[in-house]
Amino acid sequence: MASILKVDDINVYYGSIHAIKGISFEVNEGEIVTLIGANGAGKSTTLNTISGLLHSRTGSVTFMDENLGKIPCHKIVSKGLALVPEGRRVFLQMTVQENLEMGAYTQSGKAIDQDLAHVYELFPRLKERMKQVAGTLSGGEQQMLAMGRALMSHPKLLMLDEPSMGLAPILVEQIFEIIQNLHKEGTTILLVEQNAAAALSVADRGYVLETGKIVTSGSGKELLASPAIKKAYLGG
Amino acid sequence: MEFLSYLISGISLGSVYAIIALGYTMVYGIAKMLNFAHGDVIMVGGYISFCAISYLGLPGWLALILAMVVCTVLGIVIEGLAYKPLRSAPSLAVLITAIGVSYFLQNTALLIWKAAPKVYPSLIPTTNAQGESNALQLFGGQLSISYISLLTMASCIVIMIALTLFTSKTKMGKAMRACSEDKGAAQLMGINVNATISTTFAIGSALAAIAGVLLCSSYPTLQPTTGSMPGIKAFTAAVFGGIGSIPGAFLGGLLLGVIEAMAKAYISTNLANTIVFAVLIIVLLVKPAGLLGKYVPEKV
Repeated sequence: MASILKVDDINVYYGSIHAIKGISFEVNEGEIVTLIGANGAGKSTTLNTISGLLHSRTGSVTFMDENLGKIPCHKIVSKGLALVPEGRRVFLQMTVQENLEMGAYTQSGKAIDQDLAHVYELFPRLKERMKQVAGTLSGGEQQMLAMGRALMSHPKLLMLDEPSMGLAPILVEQIFEIIQNLHKEGTTILLVEQNAAAALSVADRGYVLETGKIVTSGSGKELLASPAIKKAYLGG
Repeated sequence: MEFLSYLISGISLGSVYAIIALGYTMVYGIAKMLNFAHGDVIMVGGYISFCAISYLGLPGWLALILAMVVCTVLGIVIEGLAYKPLRSAPSLAVLITAIGVSYFLQNTALLIWKAAPKVYPSLIPTTNAQGESNALQLFGGQLSISYISLLTMASCIVIMIALTLFTSKTKMGKAMRACSEDKGAAQLMGINVNATISTTFAIGSALAAIAGVLLCSSYPTLQPTTGSMPGIKAFTAAVFGGIGSIPGAFLGGLLLGVIEAMAKAYISTNLANTIVFAVLIIVLLVKPAGLLGKYVPEKV
């Protein structure tokens, strides 16, 4: 399998706080890879660095053989890399349809309509509410909107930051089903989760982060079975 | 009839405030900064069109276009040189810079055009070449509305409609709204936030130029401080209507103009400004977000 994303020795600081301490990992084409870890381990920081919202002082982020280090954040999405940010961050005062149109900002022409139809097919709830302002949606619907919005840019690699956060168990199940469907459609997925059990059960491979470092890695099954992981992240 | 005539002069003045307030509110909405130099861009627009008409002999419409072009460029340059380097600075630093830019523009105007007021040649003079009044006569001449007032009100409505369509229908306009809500998320969509902020300044400054020409056409004294008071009033209007909201700026501007005209007519000329600001305080006590200001609760 060809590597699609290669993160090599990144170090990220918030002022004087050293948040990411030399993280390196790879995502291969067609995989679901997950980063798990507790609050403050640096999972979101890693994703934000890959998508260009934050910058690393060292090392490199390579996506499809291109170094992203010098590319401004707004140009990264057109390379085929989309982030569904933590807390959804949909545009609350814009309608569902407008949010999706913003997702297609780098796209043009008729393809947008087809993509809209595709997203509405994936998320029928969004179609029912297309003219509604996003601020009036429930948390689960907002998460669907955030995912649909990211899909509008035709990502080769979709990064999801805590998609299950704050959702009822039934919705979490739905979201993970959708993630698996997207994966079947051929999208490579990098998933950050605190819900380690759910994330590892769908992932091909996983990395465990602790205070800015990768401490363990392995296949989803291996990590699920590992006693240390069970103890620390799966509640026994 | 007297009341109607005051009302119309209030709406006409309010239309100028509204056009200026639209610039304030758009820039605030997207850059989350109060551009206190906005009023002085109006003054620059006034002087540019004054020079174009008086020195170059250009027709009024061409002078207006020239003023819009110059102010647009000025707006982009101000944003790029003074505000852009402070994008991640605390908002107080940006505010102080804006005040600095305001004084810079006023003093540059003072150097170039001197302190003595210029008499502005109105786009539509009050009387035409035959000495007839350039005004719409209604009710057998009891109510007269000058053409410049009509032009001002019409411009304001056209601008308001155009901006509403722009922000709700066009890709660029929607990108502006996205940036005003969440710059980080907007960047993740592929929106160039810096370019969007520049465009907003360009539009705001072009509006300021229109406001400058209309303002000076109705109140034909032009001096380096001409923009200050209307600038502050328009800022008030924007807050009054709900800063960040386009219909709010429109409504706030009109109301402010009418309140000011009525206060001048029926209460006291000297107290007019006091009354205007007193009304503002009362409105903000009752509706802290302004008349049309939106408060959208965030879901977590």
